Amino acid sequence: MALLDVRNLTTEFVTPDGARLRAVDGLSFSLERGEALGIVGESGCGKTTAMLSLLRLLPHAGRIVGGEVLFDGQDLLKLPPDELRARRWRDLSIIFQGAMNALNPVRSVGDQIREAIRAHLPWPRDQVDRRVGELLELVGIPAWRAAQYPHQYSGGMRQRAMIAMALACNPQVVVADEPTTALDVMVQAQIVDLLDRLRRELDLALILVTHDLGLVAESCQRVLVMYGGRVAEHGPVEQVLRAPRHPYTQRLLRAFPDLSRGRELVSIPGAPPRLSELPAGCRFHPRCHLAADRCRTEAPALRLVGPEQYAACHFAE
Amino acid sequence: MHVPADRNGRPVLEVEGLTKHFPVPRGIIGALRRDKRYVIRAVDGVSFELGRGEVLALVGESGCGKTTTALSVLGLVEPSAGSVRFEGRPLHETLRRDRSLRRAIQMVFQDPYESLNPRMTVGEIVAEPLVVHRLAEGAARTERVLAALEEVGLRPAEEFVGRRPHELSGGQRQRVVIAAALVCEPRLLVADEPVSMLDVSIRAEILLLLNELRRRRGISILFITHDLATAALFADRIAVMYLGRIVEIGSADAVLSAPQHPYTRALVSVIPRLDPELRQERLILQGETPNPIAIPPGCRFHPRCPLAVEACRHTDPQLERKRDQLAACIRV
Repeated sequence: MALLDVRNLTTEFVTPDGARLRAVDGLSFSLERGEALGIVGESGCGKTTAMLSLLRLLPHAGRIVGGEVLFDGQDLLKLPPDELRARRWRDLSIIFQGAMNALNPVRSVGDQIREAIRAHLPWPRDQVDRRVGELLELVGIPAWRAAQYPHQYSGGMRQRAMIAMALACNPQVVVADEPTTALDVMVQAQIVDLLDRLRRELDLALILVTHDLGLVAESCQRVLVMYGGRVAEHGPVEQVLRAPRHPYTQRLLRAFPDLSRGRELVSIPGAPPRLSELPAGCRFHPRCHLAADRCRTEAPALRLVGPEQYAACHFAE
Repeated sequence: MHVPADRNGRPVLEVEGLTKHFPVPRGIIGALRRDKRYVIRAVDGVSFELGRGEVLALVGESGCGKTTTALSVLGLVEPSAGSVRFEGRPLHETLRRDRSLRRAIQMVFQDPYESLNPRMTVGEIVAEPLVVHRLAEGAARTERVLAALEEVGLRPAEEFVGRRPHELSGGQRQRVVIAAALVCEPRLLVADEPVSMLDVSIRAEILLLLNELRRRRGISILFITHDLATAALFADRIAVMYLGRIVEIGSADAVLSAPQHPYTRALVSVIPRLDPELRQERLILQGETPNPIAIPPGCRFHPRCPLAVEACRHTDPQLERKRDQLAACIRV
């Protein structure tokens, strides 16, 4: 049995005038210990909403309207709120997008990590202090810097501190939402290496949510491509990157600035759909060069197109 | 690549020894204590030229001075030393006497979600530079606005003039930003990360649009970015900056295929490659770019350099020819 098994997760937002917008529509995937899954998509594809749904941290207007999130066989969506609060961070934690800018500027970094531990574990003070030092060392920050304040840290160190905080209670699954966005190129490479090392050393199951295919290529074993709230393609990273079957994945890969192809700039015509104007049938059909009548009316199901590779396209083979 | 010379046969832009130091305020207590005065050496002797219709990418990480260089080229920052010449005339002196030069150099901003006023219509946004520079009125103004919108691919333009930014996609918004820069018929565009806030699938179309503009109108483009891969695909030449200096400059092909400076080599090595077979060993530099208040002596890159030797602590290397490009390193 997989460590994390997400089945048919569906999330909607209710607008002030009562309209229901489906941000995530039937998302399914599973994750094993020590495995990294990349969830890739463009803005508004539902990737962040899906992750907030997993942890039941949706903003007020969001509702999970269907599906299951099985952690070790138990459905997190059915847990009462206080039990969930106790499990969150100890089983599953998240590094939020832009989190390095969310540190409280008037409290020391160590203090803020200490708070994350004490909110979830009934440890005595000295044990908590020891743990803070351990965590910082684990992410490559000298323990003495726990007493320093966020402004004394560089951007890369703040991101490391956020990773330390996510690891505070020894979670088995860590979700990282755009963990390298807004960092310098060299610091990005350092953070990618760090996450990869932590995954191997701690046998973490890692979900990397990103728009950056390069990050996925370098640090994930499996990839799930989302478009318009649905899964477009899902499979082993090397296979999907080498032989993408969904037209969206194919064109997204071509739009990636890859120097091995020579000087070629390729884009996908049109723009990703807005939640309030999702097209009928296949969500990608208005931008797809293969689109036929059937695509405009009938939503394609996700089906097996290769060993462990799935694509949701009527024409994928 | 062949760069057509302009009317006088000179480059459009000549930057020579550009230096910008920002004093760090000591505050009243610091002044009373007679604390040492610190300066941030944001740009510390940068020279380059830009030909007519050419795209030069300034590539570097935060704090390397690329934005300060861009602001100097726009005439918005007064250099501490060195000169910026535009079409042969000293830019900053000329701007003081002749404001009309300002329309010749326009800026494309990074974030089309932030840089457009949500209360204005597309037509008003694109017309604003014409109003500011008193360039056209009435029907002539409308005509120029429509022409600019057509030119950036917002067609039919009549349908877009009345819309507001929130009704547009990210790519369309960036086209509006470009139209507003274009409406004054500039000869130089400074584009600061023009695609980094856009979705991957639409980045290329904005770059293709910029490319089209320089082909058709001969506009020169100074392209500021942290993304070496995009620079390689879009620019004719690349200048890599580190701590206020250009450490390597040459044609995009030369810099990418045979980087000389150890910093460029590291940057090239960490460019993500989707094909696992093409992946090379990544040279990940430890630490981060030092603070430009405390620039290391000798070669400013030596504390992080894998090739550094004793001499690098004392010698401040200058740009010299290495293969097909210029690089500032005594070790290659």
